[in-house]
Amino acid sequence: MKDSISFRLNGKPVRLEVDGDRLLLWVLRTDLGLTGTKFGCGESVCGACTVVVGREAVRSCQLPVKAVRGKDVTTIEGLERDGKLHPLQEAFADAGGLQCGFCTPGMIMNAYALLLKVPKPTRARILAEMDGNLCRCAAHHRIVEAIERVATRAGGAS
Amino acid sequence: MTVDPSALAPAPAPASAGQPSSPEGRSLDRRDFVRLLGGGIIVLFTADLSDLLGQEARTRGYPTDFNAYLKIAADGRVTVYSGKIEMGQGVVTSLAQMAADELDVSLDSIDMVMGDTALCPFDAGTYGSMSTRFFGPALRAAAAEARAVLLALAAEELKVPAEALKVEGGVISATSNPKARVTFGQLAKGQKIVHTLDGKAVTKAVSAFRVMGKPEKRRDARAKVTGKAQYAGDVRLPGMLYAKVLRPPAHGATLKSVDTSAAARLPGVVVVNEDGLVAVLHADPEATEKALAAVKAEYDVPKPAFDDRTVFAHLLSVAGEGEEREKKGDLVEGERKSVSLFEGRYLNGYGAHASIETHTALARLDGDTMTVWSSTQTPFPNQQAIAQAIGFAKEDVRVITPFVGGGFGGKSSAGLQAIEAAKLAKRTGKPVQVCWTRAEEFFLDAFRPAAVVAIRSGVDAEGKLCLWDYQVYAAGSRSAEQFYDVPNNLIRVYGRWGSDTPKMHLFATGPWRAPGANINVFARESQIDTMAAAAKVDPLEFRLNNTSDKRMRGVLEAASRKFGWKKAAGPSGRGVGVACGIDAGTYVALMAEVKVDVATGSVKVVRIVCAQDMGVVINPDGAKMQMEGCVMMGLGYTLSEEVRFEGGRILTRNFDTYELPRFSGMPELETVLVKNDELSPQGGGEPALVPVGAVVANAIFDATGARLFQMPMTAERVKEALLAVRRKPST
Repeated sequence: MKDSISFRLNGKPVRLEVDGDRLLLWVLRTDLGLTGTKFGCGESVCGACTVVVGREAVRSCQLPVKAVRGKDVTTIEGLERDGKLHPLQEAFADAGGLQCGFCTPGMIMNAYALLLKVPKPTRARILAEMDGNLCRCAAHHRIVEAIERVATRAGGAS
Repeated sequence: MTVDPSALAPAPAPASAGQPSSPEGRSLDRRDFVRLLGGGIIVLFTADLSDLLGQEARTRGYPTDFNAYLKIAADGRVTVYSGKIEMGQGVVTSLAQMAADELDVSLDSIDMVMGDTALCPFDAGTYGSMSTRFFGPALRAAAAEARAVLLALAAEELKVPAEALKVEGGVISATSNPKARVTFGQLAKGQKIVHTLDGKAVTKAVSAFRVMGKPEKRRDARAKVTGKAQYAGDVRLPGMLYAKVLRPPAHGATLKSVDTSAAARLPGVVVVNEDGLVAVLHADPEATEKALAAVKAEYDVPKPAFDDRTVFAHLLSVAGEGEEREKKGDLVEGERKSVSLFEGRYLNGYGAHASIETHTALARLDGDTMTVWSSTQTPFPNQQAIAQAIGFAKEDVRVITPFVGGGFGGKSSAGLQAIEAAKLAKRTGKPVQVCWTRAEEFFLDAFRPAAVVAIRSGVDAEGKLCLWDYQVYAAGSRSAEQFYDVPNNLIRVYGRWGSDTPKMHLFATGPWRAPGANINVFARESQIDTMAAAAKVDPLEFRLNNTSDKRMRGVLEAASRKFGWKKAAGPSGRGVGVACGIDAGTYVALMAEVKVDVATGSVKVVRIVCAQDMGVVINPDGAKMQMEGCVMMGLGYTLSEEVRFEGGRILTRNFDTYELPRFSGMPELETVLVKNDELSPQGGGEPALVPVGAVVANAIFDATGARLFQMPMTAERVKEALLAVRRKPST
């Protein structure tokens, strides 16, 4: 059943005529053409589909689109501003916190939400908060390094 | 995939204009090929895979004397065309470094066009840590050749002898008169020079490297951190449909009946049921899942014969005679000289590749040609398999490989997902995407082989190895090669992985990052450790006492320095271990420290040091990334990853039951590159993975006195081993 659903996506208002039970991941990837958010497992156990709703990292592969009605949704495509990378994106690239890159958008979005919540997390906190995001190439050390670089700089992620 | 510094995303859907693709999309003979290349300076070259290339290329009607080329265009840009692909291993950066250095141009002026069967000459595939080892030298030679051609042209143009010219940043100038200068682009303009590499090109000495040997940031990083990097599943075409394919509940099951009528009644659903391929298609990927659930299918499922516990007995029972791989001395003599004899049997179950990107493809029919965007390590074999499956000529199938979201060997098969997409596109006339679910990915994976290794070994009165009788079942002998000084040595192999061998395995098996090597090194290095402990000798010292191999001694000593290894016979209670191995021409030594929770059996790896001698290092940062990734990924096969099954039913369906290494399991990790510029670059994508199982097993032994004989070393197995130690009266 189609429904009219409005929310803000990467800072811009969107209005969709969709079945509200459809999953946010597929609405993003198909209807909205934002393919940076990836499908990895379909059961919220890998984190490749992570987006930020409000200030929380959520797994879009199990989230019905109606759940974001009236909310702010940020995807990996929304982090870059005026051609300038977000500090986390810069840090992942500089530290080499990626290999095949498939888990990278989910990693960055998860880390983005973490830094919104805790601008200067301890290493233990980073490990705990990132633990549900899987990286098969095993770039873990450099991912943590990237997050720490941003967290320790003045002003945090801003 | 196309990567150049100015473009954020890899090759867009259609081929960009001006590329050497024939108007008919047909295969090219050498003359056509060269005609279509357009102007510029072109060097055709081939990697050292001539047997593979020759055979394949001949059957394909392609030119057989090159499998890659580079071109210098009138705008001065250099483009490398290669059938290799980028799956995270970093060759899109390291190969470009090689070309830039040999040509004396900036890294920014290199574009890489990879894995597109219409634009790149045949390449067998990206696997086996071969891109840098075999493709690299050929690419460097081609770039050096191009540089020589440009120098000759410049000498003519500037009326200055070539010896009096210098090259910098793509500009050639007279050493004595900087104003006499000409750019590569100016020289290439209006030219049509085609060279085939003849082996005479002189590449740079390591001391002259300017781009190679320097840590270089990944060139694909920006595209990947912005979400713009395109993978097979990200390509969008107008009118495309998403497909889900009906799968049996178990391998070996046969379809008795299928009723798709309920699925067909769902709005917008297209059903295909043709030659055993039952699929539902829809413009919305979620609708395909609902439609598939509405398909009623009945299967005959054979009674389970084996499961993940009994598979080892099965492998031994079908092993046959085996074949000798190495033989030296006399085992009877070795046994006679031994003061102590040791027997060990080591097990490893089936493992999954578990790339985060599942197998995905999008196929589009254009008249009588088929274009397929495929997540594959082997675009050309993919192309051939698709063509055969849909009854097209190979030349009428084009495979484009965007970025690949992890491969590890798992995407080097025929490409079933690409075949399915192509069949469905042919049948429906619409572009069709097939993207496997995680459960399909586990079910259809060609697993890392389950395997058994049995070793009988002995030491003489001087503590020297004098007997090594090594039998490996079902995994092949990669990395089992003997580098210890054993006068009486036998390595015998009973079957391996892959489909071309006697049918030993219960499932399809395939290459899995250093195929077979992980179990072989686990077995050998565990056995060596057992012998050292029995001799009451420090395990590092025992190894050094028993190998005169310089490179192995070099990496062991480098690891020891970095780790701060302190001599003690095991088990010392400290929980430290050492293991070493050779893979893809590279030598690796690992040292680890673990903590074992004796109550639960769980193992925490606290620290790992990895020392590696890989010959000349092209991109030290890239090499270290691979070492770190190998070690960290290796902790998965070591501690947790195992495919569970019952007969043909694969019980492992998602990451909740197939545990990959996580952030919380990160050890402190240090890597050391042992300098060896005397040797050409060796493999980097796999070697550091191979001793991970052994180094952890040896550290567990050092911590507890318990010896683990089976990977993964789950908490349950560690607990069992601890109980076995307690039950055993101390000697």
